[in-house]
Amino acid sequence: MRALRGVSLRVETGEIVTLLGSNGAGKTTLLRAISGLLRAGGGAVRFNGQRISGKAPDEIVRLGIGHAPEGRRVFARMTVRENLELGAYTRRSRSDVSAGFARVFAAFPQLRERIAQKAGTLSGGEQQMLAIGRALMSRPHLLMLDEPSLGLSPLLVKRIFGVIAELKSAGTAVLLVEQNATQALEVASRGYVLELGRIALSDTAENLLGNDAVRESYLGGG
Amino acid sequence: MLRPLLRYAWVVLIPLVPLVDRNAAHINFLADAGAFMLLALGLNIVVGFAGLLDLGYAAFFAIGSYAYAMLASPQFGIHVPFWVMLFVASGIAAVFGILLGAPTLRLRGDYLAIVTLGFGEIVPQTFLNLTQYTNGPNGISSLDQPTFFGHAFGFNPVPYFYVMLALIALAIWLATNLRDSRIGRAWMAIREDELAAKHMGINTTVAKLSAFALGASFSGLAGVAYASKLQLVSPDQFQFTVSVLILSMLVLGGMGSIAGVLVGSFALSFINNFLLPQATNIAHGFGLPLDFTNYRFMLYGVILVAVMLFRPEGLIPSRQRRAELRAPLSDPALAQRENAEYSGSTS
Repeated sequence: MRALRGVSLRVETGEIVTLLGSNGAGKTTLLRAISGLLRAGGGAVRFNGQRISGKAPDEIVRLGIGHAPEGRRVFARMTVRENLELGAYTRRSRSDVSAGFARVFAAFPQLRERIAQKAGTLSGGEQQMLAIGRALMSRPHLLMLDEPSLGLSPLLVKRIFGVIAELKSAGTAVLLVEQNATQALEVASRGYVLELGRIALSDTAENLLGNDAVRESYLGGG
Repeated sequence: MLRPLLRYAWVVLIPLVPLVDRNAAHINFLADAGAFMLLALGLNIVVGFAGLLDLGYAAFFAIGSYAYAMLASPQFGIHVPFWVMLFVASGIAAVFGILLGAPTLRLRGDYLAIVTLGFGEIVPQTFLNLTQYTNGPNGISSLDQPTFFGHAFGFNPVPYFYVMLALIALAIWLATNLRDSRIGRAWMAIREDELAAKHMGINTTVAKLSAFALGASFSGLAGVAYASKLQLVSPDQFQFTVSVLILSMLVLGGMGSIAGVLVGSFALSFINNFLLPQATNIAHGFGLPLDFTNYRFMLYGVILVAVMLFRPEGLIPSRQRRAELRAPLSDPALAQRENAEYSGSTS
């Protein structure tokens, strides 16, 4: 079965782009196709002008695409430190790894306090911070976040989106998959709406926030 | 202060055993136990570190043993020295590790177990049926004895004891370094969550194949040492029960824990090759027609059930395994913290 058809999407350097869509629209499939976890039946993915479709997932991480997966998938029985170290698996130089730690702790000071704690004993919010931090450890140029706000309290959602906005100012491009459309469109510069495997709509974040159809489907009526 | 001292006391005390205990049967038992400790350390890399359930590990033991039997015996008139064969056989076993690993890369858990089980059956059957090369059920005998600077080992178990000791020391050193290396971290990540490991940029193909290859190479060492000591190999030495025995050693000692695996493999070897035969001798001494060695699988069963009930993480668990089976994953303080964060947002 084809989950995606005729999807065309781009993310510019240092830009936050959000991908909206209901359950089953193909958002996660699209991210997995980009990061090489799934092989696309056709079409091409280019990154910095280089064709990356068909490459192995580890090569794609090495080229600079970090992916914080759906459902966090932290290594529950490993400590926060071990999780972050695994995030830096593709980084062989010690200074790169310590720079990664510094960056993650600047974004999520809470993780530093929990460094020796098992990831499985963290709260949901902390696990999400760890999942994002772990993806940042590979020092990606493009970070893909799959529903980072899922199951978090409003305060934590705000924190996570604050960090996403900071990433942009640090020059990292972000492709953000969200169901929490309002917050996502507030930090993003552009957005796409994915419906049944197709891009149904593509516009600036501002216009999407004002679009009646989007408001009705994804912004909770209003 | 005392603990590290105790830890290193072993290094000094174990080599002294043959000087203190002059009973050749005891040293013979210890040398045999050494082969199983090597096997358990090897299987631990595959099952304990990388989490790939292998039910046919005895196949690699067979391959290592037959490699020695074919290349260091009158069978084909080839006489490669024992010390060289240690490297050759572990290389051959590693290649077969990759051959088994490659088709199973996409399999996990039960499915992987079934394929490895099949491999474990195929290998001894192949040696059984390749009669013109292996003498079929009779096996290959009069294997070359190892020599050390021109002195043949003979039928004295003491030199074998020291060879096993050296090989175990090497295997412990290798296993410890592998566990703490980059590839070791990749194995643990795959064991915990293979998809997440891919997200980290781990090449899971390379990591799994290297676990199979390195794990198998240890059984090459064990096979050469064991075959040269027994001077005989035959297909019935490598039945499914051997694979199960080695896996039981891991379960008893603690999967993924090097110290645990050593204790577990020694304990089961002790029961199997020392305690039960001795008990039988004593019973015969009293005129009782009991053969306790017939009960050994029943005894393993009882031990394993007891381990699962009372100490599922094994005698000396690895840190993560203990965490998996003992630590509460939901922490009451956690819920409180989460609630505080939640109410903070509404105020």
